[in-house]
Amino acid sequence: MPVFNQSRSRIIRLIFLIAFVVIIAQLFYLQVVEGKYRQLAMDNAVYPKIIYPERGIIFDRNGKAILNNTIIYDLMVTPAEVKGIDTLEFCRMLNMDTADFKKKILEAKLKNTAVRPSVFKGLLTADLQAKFEESSWKYPGFYLVERPLRIYPFNAAAHILGYIKEADPRDIERSGNYYRMGDYIGKSGLEAYYEKVLMGQRGVQYLIKDNKNRLVGNYENGAFDTAATAGRGLRTYIDIELQQLAEKLMTNKVGAVVALDPKTGGILTMVSGPNFNPNDLTGPDGSKNFSRMTLDVTGPMLNRAIGGLYEPGSTFKPLGALIALNEGVITPSYGFPCGGRYTLCGHGKPACTHAGGGHADNVRLSIANSCNSYYAHIYRLTVDNPKYGGVRKGYEVWRHYLNEFGLGVRLGVDLPGESTGRVYDGSVYDKENNGHWTSCTNLTLGIGQDKMGTTALQMANAMCIVANKGYYYTPHFVKKIDGESEADTTLMSKFRIKHEVLTRIPDTAYRAVIEGMHDVVKFGTARIAQIPNIDVCAKTGTAETYTILDRQRIKLPNNSMFVCFAPKDNPKIAVAVFVQNAGYGATWGGPIARIMIEKYLNDTLMKKSEADVDRISKANLMPAYFKRVQYKEDSARAYKWYNDYKDSTLIKKFLRLTTSIKPVNKEQPLPAKEISRKEVLALLPDEKQFYRSGENKLA
Amino acid sequence: MNDRNPAISKGIDWSIVWIYLALVAIGLTAIFAATYKEGDPFFQSFLRFKTDYSKQFYFFVVSLLLALFLLLTDSKFFTATANLLYVFGIFTLLLVFPFHTNISGTKSIIKLGAFNFQPAEFCKLFVCLALAKYLSRPETDFSKTRSQLIAAGIALFPAVLAIMQSETGLALVYFSFFIVMYREGLPSGILVVGFSVAALIVATLIFEKFTLAVILTVIAALALYIMRRQLKRNRSIFLRVALLWAICVGIQLYAVPFAFKHVLKLYQIERIYSTVGKEVPSEYLQAHQTETGKEVKKKDTDYNVRQSKIAIGSGQLFGKGLLKATQTRYDFVPEQRTDFIFCTIGEGFGFTGSFILLAIYLLLLFRIVTIAERQRSVFSRCYAYGVAAVFFFHIAINIAMTVGLAPVIGIPLPFISYGGTSLLTFTILLFILIRLDADRQMVLR
Repeated sequence: MPVFNQSRSRIIRLIFLIAFVVIIAQLFYLQVVEGKYRQLAMDNAVYPKIIYPERGIIFDRNGKAILNNTIIYDLMVTPAEVKGIDTLEFCRMLNMDTADFKKKILEAKLKNTAVRPSVFKGLLTADLQAKFEESSWKYPGFYLVERPLRIYPFNAAAHILGYIKEADPRDIERSGNYYRMGDYIGKSGLEAYYEKVLMGQRGVQYLIKDNKNRLVGNYENGAFDTAATAGRGLRTYIDIELQQLAEKLMTNKVGAVVALDPKTGGILTMVSGPNFNPNDLTGPDGSKNFSRMTLDVTGPMLNRAIGGLYEPGSTFKPLGALIALNEGVITPSYGFPCGGRYTLCGHGKPACTHAGGGHADNVRLSIANSCNSYYAHIYRLTVDNPKYGGVRKGYEVWRHYLNEFGLGVRLGVDLPGESTGRVYDGSVYDKENNGHWTSCTNLTLGIGQDKMGTTALQMANAMCIVANKGYYYTPHFVKKIDGESEADTTLMSKFRIKHEVLTRIPDTAYRAVIEGMHDVVKFGTARIAQIPNIDVCAKTGTAETYTILDRQRIKLPNNSMFVCFAPKDNPKIAVAVFVQNAGYGATWGGPIARIMIEKYLNDTLMKKSEADVDRISKANLMPAYFKRVQYKEDSARAYKWYNDYKDSTLIKKFLRLTTSIKPVNKEQPLPAKEISRKEVLALLPDEKQFYRSGENKLA
Repeated sequence: MNDRNPAISKGIDWSIVWIYLALVAIGLTAIFAATYKEGDPFFQSFLRFKTDYSKQFYFFVVSLLLALFLLLTDSKFFTATANLLYVFGIFTLLLVFPFHTNISGTKSIIKLGAFNFQPAEFCKLFVCLALAKYLSRPETDFSKTRSQLIAAGIALFPAVLAIMQSETGLALVYFSFFIVMYREGLPSGILVVGFSVAALIVATLIFEKFTLAVILTVIAALALYIMRRQLKRNRSIFLRVALLWAICVGIQLYAVPFAFKHVLKLYQIERIYSTVGKEVPSEYLQAHQTETGKEVKKKDTDYNVRQSKIAIGSGQLFGKGLLKATQTRYDFVPEQRTDFIFCTIGEGFGFTGSFILLAIYLLLLFRIVTIAERQRSVFSRCYAYGVAAVFFFHIAINIAMTVGLAPVIGIPLPFISYGGTSLLTFTILLFILIRLDADRQMVLR
């Protein structure tokens, strides 16, 4: 046999060796050189589960939780584990039919496969939850998971507290991808402003999943897990009973009520009408209610206390007097003869509801009697002050005072969506009058009209400045954050600065104005606000309002305005009440403000006030024209829907109400050309523009 | 084994036995790591024969008994029965055709009671013996082409049957017997040609058809240019080069596409292409589409290999530890007890562990070659080379496929993969060798 082939054993060994070296080289590359595989294996098998911390609780001034957490249940299903259940009985329990049941199971399978759990029915009502828990042993594959929910125990303060919702892509981007899809984020009110404090610190739990994405245990026994830190509580100035009372009073009214503590700037109450129950936005019907309210033209979601602009009217007068007194154009004893109208500008406007000689013999009397001519005149004296050599310069000085009073600027309240208000600078008048204008052009600014627009919060804050004789604290809700950190202190510092903006106005001026406001209550237009043993200082206001509807200018009932503070010498509360289209300031605003002061200072109500609460809360002052506007908005939307999607289900409802259209076959969708815009009386774009811009008319 | 019994232990190569025990121990550990779930009753499972690691343990016990039995057998028994066993092996392979069980993807398994038999798996043992027997015949002159063809026939006949049973992977194993034939004097030219053709086929997969044709032409032209002096003296060189060029281009342009379109199955093509990291060309997809009448969709064909590479790669230098390997513990790697068992070692023990395992295997192979070369009888030498060749092929292809160097063909890793048939087959292969080696001074016919 060929022994000479023995050398080939070396070649065979060499072949073995080469093959092994190649494999080892590849192993070296995979395991030592290329680093990506460890991460890939982690991505495969480790699921970082976010642990959501409990959100912070919001307390009122007496330590009552006004925004709290509760648990609601989602019914989950793992389709592969559903075996041998009585589908009929199960469906009867959940009030659904079997076809729906099958559809939902199929959906779950498609979405998360049969072996992983999916939501079968979200946000179970307490009733259904109890029913399911009783008989859950009969239904393998179904189980409940807890889901935290925000709850408002007093059903109040919707606009202040705000709500949380799933973060949208914009929120996620803005947060630098900190939030993920499905995370909840504060969308309005304190929930949004104090999001960082309330949300706490998220934790991560690393879980191991297998090749079918089933979770099978902790990764490394939880060595890399981080615990969640609960959100911190907010201690606010809100007096929840006062808030509830104010909300009751504003039922079926459009407007706003704000009550401040002048000593701290703390907001005791803030109501915007029309109001809603904040619990409507959470729970099973949350999204349904949300869309309903979004489409409501009365704007229940709008916080009119910081976002609705109203002409302050006569309530502005105390501020006008203080400006004129400080500028030295008048003295506290300055009098102005008023015969029922202001004649010095030639057109006899403004007229005065209080005629009769001597009713404006000094500052105090002019306030008590709310003399229009007097305030129009002292406005002119201020802006035409020879010291400034021209109306433009004088107007800027006057406007600067207003900004110091907090009008026409954002106050910086701890809520999102605050309006600046509207106090235009001279350029607007230049533009409107081709550069030629005098103090007569915007004369009515002196009585809080013309283009002036303020929020209820701004007027309440201005009252604080008057009551405090020149200083204020930025109005805010939150007094203290539980476990306040350094970052929180920075956040809160702006609310703890005393703004001594107008302490340069002499004490005599303040005294004259405050006494005048006291006289308003004693014998002037606000006698309705008298409270035994409490010196209330107040000013009423009434502004005429118009709207354009169906191309017609319609006179609406007056806006009723009321500002006040009490007690006179040691002010503890300042209130501003705006009620839209209600009537005189004293009729509605006055009693509301009085009840608020009584409740806050005395904690009880007089018999008379009890009766007033009853009367006012039952009064429906919702302006009638809203119905028409709602109809037009809805029909316009239905028309657009029909045009865009050729779906006539929405528009049919409106067609039946108009006479010129033939009866419609229900089954057959209408062709587009048969309906003209006129026939459905849809809203015209120019009108729509008007509604949007006229905040004080419609908001 | 029993040290005190000199009759049995005389002449036994203990180093091989120790390597064998070490590998089986590693295998049991790996199977345990791959299949143990938290909270399994460890000791009870051994009694109940339920878990894979306990089953494998019992297979090991049976293997040891068989090994003892083999060591007690007379060496002449193997030479005497080699041909008979080969016939028996072929017979069982043929039996599969009428009696195979319905298991998807294969037609090569006979079920007997609780056990599955795969004749193609253990038939390599008989081939090994029969080939050794043939080559050791005094009348065989292996320098003759006729003898070479007969030897190749003995080795490849079971392979043809295995291919007919859709077991291409198992069939390929039989090609490893060329190593034995090479040792016994097969002209090295055949191996060179074999390697060249393999290289050409791989090149066909990687390059575009016509690019490769141009490259081959350029190579031929260069060869002619270099040999231009000899060319003047001997015109026939030109003809030879031209012929070679024509064959290469023919294989590349026609033979390979023909094989891909009409011989191989679609899943095999996909596996082959995923190994070289390329998509299956649409012309092949279309060819198989018309064949099956169904629309062929592109599948995630390299899932196994990708997960296997992730598992091994994530082991890094020192591994994650025995039961901390997430890829293999949570079923991301398919077939991880059997064909992909190496992943468990790569992930759990890292490069260090893999290196040690490969070193043990290499030691085993070298030891077998050493043993082979010290045999007096040709039969024992040929048999030893056969064992070395079979082991080498299994180890190299199995590990190469888990690290993405070879296409996925389902062959087990010797002594490590889960599976009774494979453990028993490899044990018998090895212990017959040990038995023969103990009698290395004898001349067996």
